[in-house]
Amino acid sequence: MSGAIDTAPVHAAPGDSSHARPAWALSAPALMLFAGVLVIPLVMTVMLSFHDWGQYKGIEPVFILKNWHEIATDPYYAEMFWRTFRIALLTTLIAALFGAPEAYILNRMSGRWKSLFLLLILGPLLISVVARTLGWALLFGGNNGLMNKLLMSLGLIGSPLRFMFTETGMVVALVHVMMPFMVMSVWAALQRVDPQIENAALSLGASPLTIIRRIVLPQIMPGVLSGAIIVFSLSASAFATPAIIGGRRLKVAATLAYDEFLNTLDWPLGAAVAVLLLVALVLIVVGSNALIERRYAEVFR
Amino acid sequence: MRTNGPLALIFHTIFVVFMLAPIVVVCLVAFTPEGYLSLPTNGFSLRWFRAIANYPEFVHAFWVSLGLGALSSFVALLFAVPSALAIARYSFRGRDAVAALFLSPLMIPHVVLGIAFLRFFTTIGIGGSFAGLLIAHVVVVFPFALRLTLAAATGMDRSVEMAAVSLGAGGWTLFRRVTLPLILPGVISGWALAFIQSFDDLTMTVFLAAPGTETLPVRMFLYVQDNIDPLVTSISASVIAITMTALILLDRFYGLDRVLAGKSDPER
Amino acid sequence: MPFLELDRLGKQFGAQTVVDEFSLAVAKGEFISFLGPSGCGKTTTLQMIAGFLDPSCGAIRLEGRELTAVQPAKRGLGIVFQSYALFPHMTAAENVSFGLEMRRVPRAERVERVRSALTMVGLAGYEDRYPKRMSGGQQQRVALARALVIRPSVLLLDEPLSNLDAKLREEMQIELRQIQRNLGTTTVLVTHDQNEAMSLSDRIVVMSQGRIEQIGTPQETYERPASAFVARFLGRTNDFAAAIDRTVAPPRLVAGSWSAPAPAGIAGPVTITVRPERIGFADAGLAARIVTRIFQGDHWLFQCVSECGTVIVIRQNDGQPQPVEGDAVHLAWRVEDMSLRGAGAAA
Repeated sequence: MSGAIDTAPVHAAPGDSSHARPAWALSAPALMLFAGVLVIPLVMTVMLSFHDWGQYKGIEPVFILKNWHEIATDPYYAEMFWRTFRIALLTTLIAALFGAPEAYILNRMSGRWKSLFLLLILGPLLISVVARTLGWALLFGGNNGLMNKLLMSLGLIGSPLRFMFTETGMVVALVHVMMPFMVMSVWAALQRVDPQIENAALSLGASPLTIIRRIVLPQIMPGVLSGAIIVFSLSASAFATPAIIGGRRLKVAATLAYDEFLNTLDWPLGAAVAVLLLVALVLIVVGSNALIERRYAEVFR
Repeated sequence: MRTNGPLALIFHTIFVVFMLAPIVVVCLVAFTPEGYLSLPTNGFSLRWFRAIANYPEFVHAFWVSLGLGALSSFVALLFAVPSALAIARYSFRGRDAVAALFLSPLMIPHVVLGIAFLRFFTTIGIGGSFAGLLIAHVVVVFPFALRLTLAAATGMDRSVEMAAVSLGAGGWTLFRRVTLPLILPGVISGWALAFIQSFDDLTMTVFLAAPGTETLPVRMFLYVQDNIDPLVTSISASVIAITMTALILLDRFYGLDRVLAGKSDPER
Repeated sequence: MPFLELDRLGKQFGAQTVVDEFSLAVAKGEFISFLGPSGCGKTTTLQMIAGFLDPSCGAIRLEGRELTAVQPAKRGLGIVFQSYALFPHMTAAENVSFGLEMRRVPRAERVERVRSALTMVGLAGYEDRYPKRMSGGQQQRVALARALVIRPSVLLLDEPLSNLDAKLREEMQIELRQIQRNLGTTTVLVTHDQNEAMSLSDRIVVMSQGRIEQIGTPQETYERPASAFVARFLGRTNDFAAAIDRTVAPPRLVAGSWSAPAPAGIAGPVTITVRPERIGFADAGLAARIVTRIFQGDHWLFQCVSECGTVIVIRQNDGQPQPVEGDAVHLAWRVEDMSLRGAGAAA
């Protein structure tokens, strides 16, 4: 995600210290805002995860490893985190598998159709995620939900599948929620591809399949990967979709933390789950960003 | 430009159907005349839209969402515009770190932000208040406001400012008469994108809202948790209709791809 | 039989005719330029030869073989694009090698041919560079090597030099001409730059609004433009309105105070066209006054006001004293240096 922004200075000479003061003065209000109401709360949350909690005594501000020990030893949490990342990974793979070709197809359309379908595909991004997930809940229904009726009438499945309260259902709904991010990311990469480049490959004797495999795909791969990072991190921390489709039994990290906070009221344990999710995601995102940048530095710098 | 083959078009059709299906189903069910969830096979009815009026908490939540979105996006811009100018124009030690910090809310899961703000606000005694919601939303929409403003400030031709300085403008006048008008398209799309983010946020807000300060997504989520009935589909359909109208207006007058892709070059 | 033949080729986009009745025969080894302003249909014609666009009517034949039914990938033409269209994720050598891989050329031969192609364009030692790390001129050379290494029957160049600065463009023109001469590859160049067309081509096809205005050698098109458009597009010209004076015998062609024996077959008023460098200062001729004098190193450029309107005169800087601004002068030119056009001109 850090790659989404171009911070190259336009005119300022690098290393000119006389420029530093107005820059800090201009950034000061936002820096103070971030320090005051972002950094402090996050630090408080980390501290909270080390506090003690009891049904009757509430939160006790001591420094113990009880919550972390519980998460590390109780297989319930391992299973829950494994489920969270399994769902996120599956969602990412499916989104990439379908989103990238769709972006490519969109890019080849003529102007009017292109903007219409771009609007239709990116538009859902702006519609409340509750409304979209509700739509999937309606489609999934019970055994005779619309989705099952359609799949069975197409002969794709013999007996109805369970979608509600299953990982399958969560992945389908999450793919839908995340798809615009993938299409957008690949789309952006496609905009940087020279429109004549396919003609160039064609004139050199390449077949359509070769062009896609050897010319187009390598060039949009950074877009697919950065889209994948966005989709993965958003899916792993998704809340509304798992909560509505997964129900109360099939917990992921975000819904579990929510439960600890607002139902069980064990804030320190909830904080520990959330902090672990944050740390895991930051490591994954930063790590894969670094990998991608190293892999493609030579070509695209 | 090569064209798409039949296979590509079949794929595309299935893809678009998949993207639209849940939205269309919500809108259809909203028109059911029955008292339970069903497709309106026996004619269309507006009874569930009229029913919204009997649930004032939804109407109230809508106004909370609207006010919160508009206000938090505006406040975020007050902080974002000077920061964007600083990052776009000055090369100073720590610039990359500052930019990374400002964009960090994008990387932090909203559930973590919700927990952090809940802990913070209850500690300082503004838990469940509108003020708390406002602060939290300003922080999460800040990166969106910053990114589009920054794109505009980076793309701006600075010789125009130099020309204004040579003609005697300076300080506040320079900003108000020259700089701001030039980056205004980016600022406006930053506001729009920030507003949408705030209006749609559920995950963070669900931790912070209390009865009276519940936003529409929170109210809908809590309702769906208990029971799914046609009422919530008619509310969803209304929200979808409002969003679509706003989108079409935005696209007509401004260009949706500019808002969505965070671009602000005037050619597009 | 011509090597490459375009036979009444046409292209319509909807109701708009972009290329109209384009017929041309290109000999083997010839260097042909399509020259014209943007929107004249020259790039469309090139794209039809390449196969990226299907012609609405007409035929394209290569060595007598119909080309329109052949897939672009199978035509075996080398193309250099205006944007170069290099593969950014491949090194220079990989770019050049790509076409050979598609032809399943054995690895050893491939390496050898890539090396010699890059050497030919002066890029030996740049094999492992990525395009992003190369200058515009170097990228241009890679694109040329990539197109030539497959030994194309025809080389198509789509404004290949338009992204280079003036000095580099001139160097590349000379180099391009030498490479083309050495290889003897039949070449079609699309350009809007008349200098480029003239310095590179054996023949020029001047185009305007989808039609061919003239086909000829650079000298022919410059010296004997077939239309006012060609005359104006290929360098600067002066136009004078002239009439035939029949009160004297033999009749004389008169433009202001300039006159000459009327050529045979001239009936009524005509337009005289003369290139600025063919007009000289003389003791008698068209009376004029010098308004502006500009020194341009190897030549002087004069703007004069005459009885027949504004006249541009170019004189070589041969060290002789030249008239200054405000001087009254007489402008004269040889009859064979002018061309006549208009209602009264002989067909």
